[in-house]
Amino acid sequence: MIIEGGIVYDPKNGVLGEEMDVSIEDGRVVEESRDGEKIDARGMLVLPGGVDAHAHIAGGKVNTGRIMRPEDGRRGTEPRTKLLRPSTGYTVPNCYAIGYRYARLGYTIAFEAATPILEARHTHEELEEIPIVDKGALTLFGNNWEVLECVRDGDLDKLAAFVAWGLRASRGYGVKVVNPGGGEAWGFGGNVKGIDDPVPSFNVTPREIIRYLMKANEALRLPHSVHLHTNNLGKPGNYETTLATLRAVEDIAASRDRQVLHVTHMQFSAYGGTGWKDFESKASEIADYFNKHDQFTMDMGQLIFGSATTMTADAPLEYANARLLKAKWSNHDIELEESSGVVPIVYGRKNPINAIQWAIGLELALLTEDPWQMIMTTDHPNGGPFVNYPEVIALLMSRPKREEELATLHELASKRSSLPTIEREMDWNEVAIVTRAGPAKILGLPEKGHLGVGADGDVSIYEIDPEKVDPSRDHKEVKAALARAKYTIKGGEVVVRDGEIVAVPQGRTYWVDASVPEDQAAKVEADLASKFAKYYSIQMSNYMVQDAYVTRPRVIKAGVI
Amino acid sequence: MIVEDVLCPFCGCLCDDIKVEVEDGRIVGVKRACRLGSSKFMGHERISGPMVRRDGELTETTYDEAYDRAAQILKAAKRPLLYGWCSTVCETAKKGILLAEEVGGVIDSTATVCHGPSIIGIEEKGLAGSTLGQVKNRADLIVFWGANPAEAHPRHTMRYSSNSTGMFTPEGRGGRKVVVVDVRRTRTAKNADKFILIRPGTDYEVISALRMIVKGKGDLIPDTVAGIPKSDLEEVAGMMLAAKFGAVLIGLGLTHSRGRYKNVDNALSLVADLNGFTKFVVLAMRGHYNVAGFGQVCAWETGYPMAVDLARGAPYFNPGETAACDLLARKEADAMMVVAADPASNFPRATVEAMAEIPVIQVDPFPNPTTFLADVVIPTAVCGIEAEGTAYRMDGLSLRMKKVVDSGLPTDEEVVENILDRVRRLADDN
Repeated sequence: MIIEGGIVYDPKNGVLGEEMDVSIEDGRVVEESRDGEKIDARGMLVLPGGVDAHAHIAGGKVNTGRIMRPEDGRRGTEPRTKLLRPSTGYTVPNCYAIGYRYARLGYTIAFEAATPILEARHTHEELEEIPIVDKGALTLFGNNWEVLECVRDGDLDKLAAFVAWGLRASRGYGVKVVNPGGGEAWGFGGNVKGIDDPVPSFNVTPREIIRYLMKANEALRLPHSVHLHTNNLGKPGNYETTLATLRAVEDIAASRDRQVLHVTHMQFSAYGGTGWKDFESKASEIADYFNKHDQFTMDMGQLIFGSATTMTADAPLEYANARLLKAKWSNHDIELEESSGVVPIVYGRKNPINAIQWAIGLELALLTEDPWQMIMTTDHPNGGPFVNYPEVIALLMSRPKREEELATLHELASKRSSLPTIEREMDWNEVAIVTRAGPAKILGLPEKGHLGVGADGDVSIYEIDPEKVDPSRDHKEVKAALARAKYTIKGGEVVVRDGEIVAVPQGRTYWVDASVPEDQAAKVEADLASKFAKYYSIQMSNYMVQDAYVTRPRVIKAGVI
Repeated sequence: MIVEDVLCPFCGCLCDDIKVEVEDGRIVGVKRACRLGSSKFMGHERISGPMVRRDGELTETTYDEAYDRAAQILKAAKRPLLYGWCSTVCETAKKGILLAEEVGGVIDSTATVCHGPSIIGIEEKGLAGSTLGQVKNRADLIVFWGANPAEAHPRHTMRYSSNSTGMFTPEGRGGRKVVVVDVRRTRTAKNADKFILIRPGTDYEVISALRMIVKGKGDLIPDTVAGIPKSDLEEVAGMMLAAKFGAVLIGLGLTHSRGRYKNVDNALSLVADLNGFTKFVVLAMRGHYNVAGFGQVCAWETGYPMAVDLARGAPYFNPGETAACDLLARKEADAMMVVAADPASNFPRATVEAMAEIPVIQVDPFPNPTTFLADVVIPTAVCGIEAEGTAYRMDGLSLRMKKVVDSGLPTDEEVVENILDRVRRLADDN
């Protein structure tokens, strides 16, 4: 296949809007393709396939969202066709809609952001049903008893061996840490108040949990860094916790050419104020810190006005949300491992808090100077569904659009954030970084997010001419073009043409198999055997995700031996 | 040969520690299972072979003819109903949903006459739950409301709830309080520290009174509520507030008495209220071993957990209109496929009469009263014993069931797939 004459942005390979051909053969980008299929991309924008590094798309809490929200199911209903299964849902789409909608946006890989090991089988059952895109799941470790005990005992080698075991057991891709220690405290209805607040019964602090897991992550040389949802997320004044967390890990070095820590959906962790009355943005403090510390990365967690479904392993936060909003509330504690919650929400333009939150996400993205430190996300479906990515990109590219939007919002969005003063408008190269090259680098996926020789043949082509369209002025055109890819090519196969799905291949599931010394593995096995005998409600032999649940794996090797 | 850690395909406890002794390809012994589970492992009467009804009599036939006949029935129907899915694995449910899409049918599970009202309650309020191991490790108060695990889930109390031990519950039953609320003094009630005998149909009132006491409005409550002395209710509310971790386990007593989903809504609200004071969770005591699994699969495939109408190609969910009993009561369904369930025993009489008037296809390892109404009967391997696959425990935990012995029979999944293939071929011919 040859994609001819498009305007290509491929930041990883230094291609900045050059008119050039892209050749794909046997699913990979090649120097020159011998076969005849040609796609005429003249006058169109050509990007690597989109990479979503953080979305809640599969597993127990996503399905809980569907079950408790039939009213959401009715939105976005599309009947089946000869080729497609039916679609339902807006914030919590069914599996098929997830795959189709990503493909229509030009996205070709997406990562489920949080799966407990015990319930990973369920996560993979849903991932298997999501068509077209490649995928993977990050595994939760921040409240696991084995982790807390290794940290308490100061046994880093055993912790690393457990992380490797947990990734294998869950067929997981990376180490996710959510409100470390808080999930365990929630087992008896409590929480931790900051990084030095000890976890009940375990005598460890969130600071120690984060540090140890980061060290274990680096000892195992995992492709991705620790992926952190901070303590106190969602609370006024939490920017101090966020900065304290980052300062606490400044001395830890990355074992690979990537960040040492990814802080996720930063919008929810960049709040000032002592309460909701004096709630304000502290995005500039966070961005300043990132501008001086290039070992850290973040994603936006941009808020989208309208309906959302909040879902997180941060169960105390969800309980607080439900109380505040008087909304329906689901909670799910997972024995020995985690807790979680789901609460529907509607973000309102005239709600002062929501309006400020909206501004914070954009401030973070625009004030962080290096786009390689920033990923565009909405923390789907917490900030809003991923189908709104074109809206976010249009906002990042157009100051006039931001001004138009601000004019419709509660006035505090302008008064309690610096957004009105920000002139920066991202260009196509920067957009390609924050949606493709950046997330691929941050996740540690060398074959994704670029169009160099050997890359996966994942390409998105949009009907917009970067040489003729001024995104600042023509932001509506930008949004419309990005919402409906002219072509999406997945592994060298055209899956979307003119915004419609034309083929439904099955993607691959990434997981990381990290090796550890046998004696450490044996210590972990012995610990776990005792935990299963005494505490788990199932047998150890029935715990690990079986191969039957990951039918098209792409296994990434890592580890210490 | 002993096969270890086998999952039990009987109730929603989905016990996964069963030892099964196999000799010459036959099960000769079962350890650790309760009497309900053991009897399923040891086996009982099976459907002898595929059958179709000819001149009013079920007569033996080949699998091929049974598949053809089933496909013809579904293809010819204007409003086919595909029902059951509780005692089979998720892989069957996936194929069943696809078949329902293909024939433009309505798909529903046994939840419709079981914990369906609980699901509707969850749609109203959400579910503050946990895995059963969380209850085992932490709960110092267990409330069984309209549930009788001593009869229906015999190993529940020992493995997961009142009599289990865990990290923060080393004393087991001795360190816990148990409250039972029911309309009769059940065997479960005999194990209770406090038993509240309520009149049938008064659950909603009693829960409301407890909510008022918990919220500090107890002085507004009369001296008796639904015949229960106020002091008893104050005692129970006091036990709830004094607990460090309470678990309310709701059964069909709540979903099948007056008020139905509103009872559940109120129970879920009570638990949400209690979380303002201490830690509480609530779980439904699901009956069949994988009725929860169908709800999960149906939700991720169609967006809804049950009662999904696919007639228009897009999923439409409106229980009261699109549930199995609704279709039968309106005499709207003109064909029915029953997979791994027995509606003839469990449905309201008028709906069973409606079943008798339409072609019925049964897919099941075992004969049951539905067999007498069936026009096509297709016997299958028993999931979890003769076929592997996925099931969801009552708390939503996904587990893989094992195949212990070979039956030579097709699996439920294979049967549904064969029918689906034939339906597609009939569609191509037209």
